[in-house]
Amino acid sequence: MITPELLAQHHITPDEYERIKQLLGREPSLTELGVFSVMWSEHCSYKSSRVHLKRLPTEGACLVQGPGENAGIVDIGDGWCAAFKIESHNHPSFIEPYQGAATGVGGILRDIFTMGARPVAAMNSLRFGPIRDADVNDATENTSAKSIARNRRIMAGVVKGVGDYGNAFGVPTIGGEVLFADCYSFNPLVNAFALGLVRREQIFYGKAEGIGNAVVYVGAKTGRDGIHGATMASAEFDEAALEKRPTVQVGDPFAEKLLLEACLEAMRSGAVTGIQDMGAAGLTCSTCEMGARGGTGVELDLDKVPQRETGMTAYEMLLSESQERMLCVATPGRERQLLEIFERWDLDAAIVGRVTDDQRMRVFHKGEVVVDVPNAALTDEAPLYYRPMAETAAVDATDVTPQVVAAFNARPIKFSTKASLKAAQNRYADLLTELLARPNLASKQWVYRQYDHMVRTNTVVLPGSDAAVIRVKETRRSLAMSLDGNGRYSELNPRAGAALAVAESARNVVCSGAQPLAVTNCLNFANPERPVVMRAFSETIDGISEACRTFDVPVTGGNVSLYNETEGRGIQNTPVIGMLGLIEDAKHITTQWFKDAGDVVLLLGRTNNDLGASELCHALTGQAVGAVPQLDLAFEKNVQQVCLQAIRGGLVKSAHDCADGGLAVALAESCFAHYGATALGATLDLTEHLQASGINDLVDAEARKLALLYAESPSRIVLSATAESVAAIQALAAEANVPCSVLGNVGGDSLQLVAEGETLINATVNRLEEGWRNSLSSYLDRTQARAA
Amino acid sequence: MKFGVVMFPGSNCDHDAYHVISKVIGQPVDFIWHKDTELDGFDAIILPGGFSYGDYMRTGAIARFSPVMTPLKQFAADGGLVIGICNGFQILCEAGLLPGALLRNRGLKYICEHVNLRVEQTDTPYTGCYKEGDVLSVPIAHGEGNYFCDDATLAELERERRVIFRYSEPNGDISDAANPNGSRNNIAGICNRERNVLGMMPHPERASEGALLSKDGRAVFLSMADYLRPLLKPVLNKAA
Repeated sequence: MITPELLAQHHITPDEYERIKQLLGREPSLTELGVFSVMWSEHCSYKSSRVHLKRLPTEGACLVQGPGENAGIVDIGDGWCAAFKIESHNHPSFIEPYQGAATGVGGILRDIFTMGARPVAAMNSLRFGPIRDADVNDATENTSAKSIARNRRIMAGVVKGVGDYGNAFGVPTIGGEVLFADCYSFNPLVNAFALGLVRREQIFYGKAEGIGNAVVYVGAKTGRDGIHGATMASAEFDEAALEKRPTVQVGDPFAEKLLLEACLEAMRSGAVTGIQDMGAAGLTCSTCEMGARGGTGVELDLDKVPQRETGMTAYEMLLSESQERMLCVATPGRERQLLEIFERWDLDAAIVGRVTDDQRMRVFHKGEVVVDVPNAALTDEAPLYYRPMAETAAVDATDVTPQVVAAFNARPIKFSTKASLKAAQNRYADLLTELLARPNLASKQWVYRQYDHMVRTNTVVLPGSDAAVIRVKETRRSLAMSLDGNGRYSELNPRAGAALAVAESARNVVCSGAQPLAVTNCLNFANPERPVVMRAFSETIDGISEACRTFDVPVTGGNVSLYNETEGRGIQNTPVIGMLGLIEDAKHITTQWFKDAGDVVLLLGRTNNDLGASELCHALTGQAVGAVPQLDLAFEKNVQQVCLQAIRGGLVKSAHDCADGGLAVALAESCFAHYGATALGATLDLTEHLQASGINDLVDAEARKLALLYAESPSRIVLSATAESVAAIQALAAEANVPCSVLGNVGGDSLQLVAEGETLINATVNRLEEGWRNSLSSYLDRTQARAA
Repeated sequence: MKFGVVMFPGSNCDHDAYHVISKVIGQPVDFIWHKDTELDGFDAIILPGGFSYGDYMRTGAIARFSPVMTPLKQFAADGGLVIGICNGFQILCEAGLLPGALLRNRGLKYICEHVNLRVEQTDTPYTGCYKEGDVLSVPIAHGEGNYFCDDATLAELERERRVIFRYSEPNGDISDAANPNGSRNNIAGICNRERNVLGMMPHPERASEGALLSKDGRAVFLSMADYLRPLLKPVLNKAA
């Protein structure tokens, strides 16, 4: 008997229950109710977001497989395709950082090799609450001393979880982003990205085809772990959140590695016709989805499923989210061969059912039918919600420059012991040193040093540059990829924030020498039942769509994570964009670092009065507010095309996207030492650029300087080139009406920035680099020591 | 001449080793399955990096019991070349083919980065193409690379010139700062008394091509080919 209490426990509303009875023509059994609850959960059904996701552009010349499969696939030439996708594992990572992050990586890797592709690269986009002692402020729980300490533990656990899983599996973790803000204290974000390579003719799909074909279960035994994980991930957290730890699965990268090799071998052998991994909603999801995609039904006998513990009920087996499991359909007559391949890899495998013609999911347990539901009821017929939305998105349009300037002028002139007296007097250099050491901008070496980013010997651009680049050994081609999102921008202006994220990720792959090809996205939001959140979500979709159309890149899939909210404290709107770019010729691969003394430094684009929501604004005023940077998509595209043409013309020695932190930060980063190359200074005069920019008419002299150095205007790229190449680059820029100013030359051991005759910054690169390089470990290694 | 790369369950640098032998130094190479019980026709065997059997108990502790280890021990006793890289080194220590053990890094963290290695000895089949004192840039990627052995063994290793690679400064100086994991005497690689079995934590196969950051590790494999077929010399010089 289904009681209201039961429904509440399953997060099924009374209306939804009515619909279930209608679809079944009867009352569901408890097991069926469990099946509905996971398949109709936000996490599996996208019931709040589907109506909006339809607006994303999913057409493109390179597209082979768009949204709806386990991963998107694009053609990269020479008969090869790239399967890639990003997925969130936010809720589990808050409850149990290490396993939550590890199984997030495991899940996305399975999504890739389910398509027949061998994973060759992983990245992740991480968001945590503040970790600096300076951030402690007991005024809000997000920044209490207790929270800061917890944030450090969460970050250390997540990074170890990502590393331990990817390292053992043998996929290089080559890039991503790590950012910090108060709102992530109780809602850390872990978005895992993976990319795999597959021959076009060897792509596999999650379809159950061929009436009567055997359905084979392979991988880890089914246990009681992760039951209702999907439902957990579809609800807000309360004080009791940590009691949900049992709903977090435990990862086994070794089993996953065996599963990978066994599945790829099985696919090559031709003994498999369709295959799907068991992720969220485990056996239930794979069973009804494979049937739905194949237009068939699937019949399961749970007694044949390999089980880790005894006495499991049908309910538990169907809802278990035990990791490292796959469901596949065997080619008729080849079942034995298939089982032999799995046995060779020491994996549990068994024939657990067959494909039927009645488009139903039918499950037997101990001889009884325990589930008998039409596939459509669990997939296409799942509820769709047009959630109420606020009339308009709340957009902050205030010009915060005056406050920023006031805050800057109010700063006492520090005499730091580290710096020389001369340097200490240089207020702009002090500010730059401070900004570079802020966790958002600081070196992420503490993180990627714990990831094997070189296994498979394809990583031709190691972590730290604008985009990560891997070669495709079988061809002359390389793939560039970048993950980008800015919660500050998206919170203050959802539509612009989303477009800015797409623009930046495209700029990053362009700076590495690649043509943007396709996009995957991970949309992290708070409670969709709040109209303002739903409006922000809708605006985000439109922002992404507009930008993707401009750059002519299709969205090949992705993931939505809602209810990132704990006790009413929600996250900022955080769309994360994963951009894939193609480099046709290895000699076009470019990095952000200056190469040789004497090279000329150029700057493409304009700097506008974009101090709103900037890192500087946050550093000086304590909050990132105001109008987000102005983005002109057409202009952005021109800037990127000039950069790419120059790179392909062999004119460019380094290219660096200029965004977070502003121009001064970008220039400093180009100077820093990297991978055996020593630091290189530069002597630069920004006057020409200043006068060609929107900030030239700012009356306040201080405002002009701060905006010049730290405004986060998009559509700017720092290039370096030999003197001989400069004219050609300027010609390309002139043709596209893109301002291109010569700033000066690479050389020496100091970064010197002059504007209108005034030396704004004159600091040794080593001094700028020290705090930048040591920042994260100075906060995180101590906690580790204490924890140990 | 034929190279073999052993595939243990959980090996994940097996394809990288195969690629270097077949594509970079252009020699015949086959994979060897961990359940194989004979090694006929091979001249050199590579135990690749990875996490054999998940390394859940102790790194290499399960792999040493793989069926392939029995013929491998005979192969080594007969003078065949056996090189263990990273997890392969850990397995060779567990199997008793090399002395000592690899403990957790002193920083208690997995480390993936390029380090400097000083070539200590050139009279081995693995370092014949190097000059003594050469400093190589080669990546490490491990959580348990902290080489440990008792004082007597350490003295013996040094006395018998069996320390082949040491973590060093870029200029070749041996310092604690240049020691990434706490290994005794900055040891990065050692060989057996007969000098035909080598174990090293750094990954020469990840530093063997111009497309990657360094190709300083390539000469390890060229040296092996060179040792197995002296005629290779002219080709070698071109490649070096």
